[in-house]
Amino acid sequence: MSADPRAATDAVTIVLGATIPLQAYLAVAALLFCTGVWGLINSRNAVRVLMSIELMLNAVNINLMAFSDYLDGQLIRGQVFAIFVITVAAAEAAVGLAILLSLYRNRETVDMERFNLLRW
Amino acid sequence: MTLASTIQQLCFLVLAAVVVVGALGVVLLPNIVYSAFLLGGVFLGVAGLYLLLNASFVAAAQILVYVGAVNVLILFAIMLVNKKETLAVIPGLLLRRLLSGGVCAGLFVLLLRVAFTTHWALPGPLPVGEEATIRIGEHLFSDYLLPFELASVLLLMAMIGAIVLARRDVYSSDVITGEPVDQGLIEKTRTPLLIDPSANAGGQPLLETTP
Repeated sequence: MSADPRAATDAVTIVLGATIPLQAYLAVAALLFCTGVWGLINSRNAVRVLMSIELMLNAVNINLMAFSDYLDGQLIRGQVFAIFVITVAAAEAAVGLAILLSLYRNRETVDMERFNLLRW
Repeated sequence: MTLASTIQQLCFLVLAAVVVVGALGVVLLPNIVYSAFLLGGVFLGVAGLYLLLNASFVAAAQILVYVGAVNVLILFAIMLVNKKETLAVIPGLLLRRLLSGGVCAGLFVLLLRVAFTTHWALPGPLPVGEEATIRIGEHLFSDYLLPFELASVLLLMAMIGAIVLARRDVYSSDVITGEPVDQGLIEKTRTPLLIDPSANAGGQPLLETTP
């Protein structure tokens, strides 16, 4: 394995890759996640709520990929997990938008403040 | 990716700026169509970050699934529900936004503190680099086989569920009388069920009783 010419390339990769610290990726992901949380709480438009959920899922994915590259470089389990997260996010987006369409047909609005049928 | 370190840092800074500014635009812009297109920009920026993290397969999957499918789905949803409506004024909205902004800023500071005070086990093992796709394939068909199959079942369930939820109730014949009806008429005369319960009072009776 060490005689593989790709191993030399990988050594170059990790030496150069160390110039960006892991914490930088974590900081970007944290900012993206907090932006998503704020949008999730404060959006009046239901479509924007779904977009905020996608932002949060992407922030989690950035974390998974960063840990996979920096801490688990041989068994890249973080990348496999990120693929499953992408799958679930696609299913969530499809079902969420279908629910939104159904709500819009029944209530003629996408204002989150008026979706209070299940409020006690 | 084997890039010079300066170029790599420059790429990271540009991509991080695109992601953060795009996310703020998604949340803050009043026009939701601009938000949707900015969301596509955020997804592309995240895919670039994946490329910097030696994950070309996941970057391609990110572009295909998020930019190609989810973003287009959101744009279609915006076109389907796009109606000019004046939102009712909520008392204390500004206070609510400021309070939640404070909570989110606190959460951000907490996450930063966790990220910078934890002793990560760095440097980890060497990244596999270009072999990542092979490793992912091996994982998906050996130790992650059950989640892989479950994901396919989940996608099938989500597809059927979305179709059932989003389709209009169009019947080729009337359910009660059995007469063939014009489908266009049914789609036009469908009344919202929850918006006004008295709307159906003047309409036809739901069940005809034959003497």
